[in-house]
Amino acid sequence: MLDREQVLHVARLARLDLSDGEVERMSVELSKVLDHIEKIRELELEGVPPTSHVIDVVNALRADEPEPSLPRDVILAAAPEPLHDGFGVPSPGAA
Amino acid sequence: MSGLIDLTAAAAAERIRAREIAPAELFEAYRARAEANDLNAFTWVADAPPPDDGHTQAPLGGVPVAVKDLFCTEGVPSQAGSKILEGYRPPYTATVVTKLAEAGAPLLGKTNQDEFAMGSSNENSAFGPVLNPWDRSRVPGGSSGGSAAAVAAGLAPWALGTDTGGSIRQPAALCGIVGLKPTYGACSRYGMIAFASSLDQAGPLTRDVTDAALILRHTVGRDRRDSTSLEFPGEIALPSAQDLKGIRLGVPEELTGAEGGIEPGVRDSFEATLALAEQLGASVEPCKLLHAPHALSAYYLIAPAEASANLARYDAVRYGLRVDGDADLITMYSRTREVGFGAEVKRRIMLGTYALSSGYYDAYYGTAQKVRTKIAEDFREAFERFDFIVTPTSPCTAFELGSKIDDPLAMYLNDFLAVPMSLAGITAISIPSGLSEGLPVGFQLAGPAFSESRLLDAAYALEQAIGFDGSSARA
Repeated sequence: MLDREQVLHVARLARLDLSDGEVERMSVELSKVLDHIEKIRELELEGVPPTSHVIDVVNALRADEPEPSLPRDVILAAAPEPLHDGFGVPSPGAA
Repeated sequence: MSGLIDLTAAAAAERIRAREIAPAELFEAYRARAEANDLNAFTWVADAPPPDDGHTQAPLGGVPVAVKDLFCTEGVPSQAGSKILEGYRPPYTATVVTKLAEAGAPLLGKTNQDEFAMGSSNENSAFGPVLNPWDRSRVPGGSSGGSAAAVAAGLAPWALGTDTGGSIRQPAALCGIVGLKPTYGACSRYGMIAFASSLDQAGPLTRDVTDAALILRHTVGRDRRDSTSLEFPGEIALPSAQDLKGIRLGVPEELTGAEGGIEPGVRDSFEATLALAEQLGASVEPCKLLHAPHALSAYYLIAPAEASANLARYDAVRYGLRVDGDADLITMYSRTREVGFGAEVKRRIMLGTYALSSGYYDAYYGTAQKVRTKIAEDFREAFERFDFIVTPTSPCTAFELGSKIDDPLAMYLNDFLAVPMSLAGITAISIPSGLSEGLPVGFQLAGPAFSESRLLDAAYALEQAIGFDGSSARA
């Protein structure tokens, strides 16, 4: 049901550089799972509101007051390539 | 030494408070066992007990806790079972871990898990599978498989896990221990590495119901850092019920019938437990949860959809793995995610991205959220007639390593009995109900939102009557 082209399209959206073997497998495995899931589309759900939150909560607001955040060096310690007190990022490229 | 290990956490805390054992002695006994463990249950173990600065008199008495890898712990590896976070040491600690430490339960170690909590066997960890202490050729369940195996094998007094669609209850069942999924919002999610935010909940994996109540008491509550967390109504009571007089148990035909694929040995244990419940004074009657059989399908749309959005953050920029950093930006993203994520995580990201993609959103994600509404309504109606809904926790006992890993659908069907409660946001507990061919079986009780104290009480009465003995897994 999910063909090779569709798998490649979704992989591009998800930023996954799948190998050829994975594309093949994904197509088979996801089709099987989707076939099972499809059954819910036969249910009578006219007028049923979609769930937005399971517990009855209306708004959860807090005062908008500034607070100190973690120091920059602490955050950058986890970055793969910190650069000039910031996150190093490659060129977006021509694409 | 072995005497210490045989104490439940609550009993150990009491002995510490009575100054019969030193907290450092207890910590070291467990630390040494965790360090030496050959179940691959831990990804990190503390090298020394924290300084004894009075937590002896704190409510949890200095009894250390093992914590699933996906809880952020400051300066300690928190990798969520993923290669993409290998070596990551967060700059802050999850609220529930902080609360337990403040109540006197210091961090013993981090436990292995399915990558980003996606799995029912713990075989999806970048750090290798966890073995079931009852039979090392079998899985411990998942995704909190390391926490469950550690508690069952006596490598930790108790543990924290997370449950998105059964990830506390199912491994608890397969390892012969107690696992509780709290009501959605009962415990803060701050510092939990996210899988599916509308479903994820932290909860205890323990040797008995009293230990579960004790952990829950000290982890619930509103946290200003998680806007979905709620003030828990009242304190969690320690369970004490000796019978089930007046308790009405509902058995949902839709889940326990042929479609659930329940193994004969699991069914026998379930029915024996129902008979025991009746002897304790409960009434047991069939009930209807008409949409529950569709919960699995709705879950496998909603959870991957949310996961695909949550896991977009792994972009090789702010933390974690970076691959092909010399290429252009899109190539770096795509190569990093290809190399950093395991097969199941990629499968779910693909499924979720597809379900949310243009042209399919209403048909899949929109429909699933409507089904979710119906499932929650079914439970609300059932709870007008019943105190608790009961089912086996898992349709099967612990299965052989490798036996389901190549068949995603067969693996997902493990969650058939656990997922409806997750979608409804209600609380549910799994307790061991006996053995089938030498392997533990779990019995699940589910109650309305915020009914945890009553649920624990009923589970406690059953636990006393069942008298399950898990000591052989600690040998």
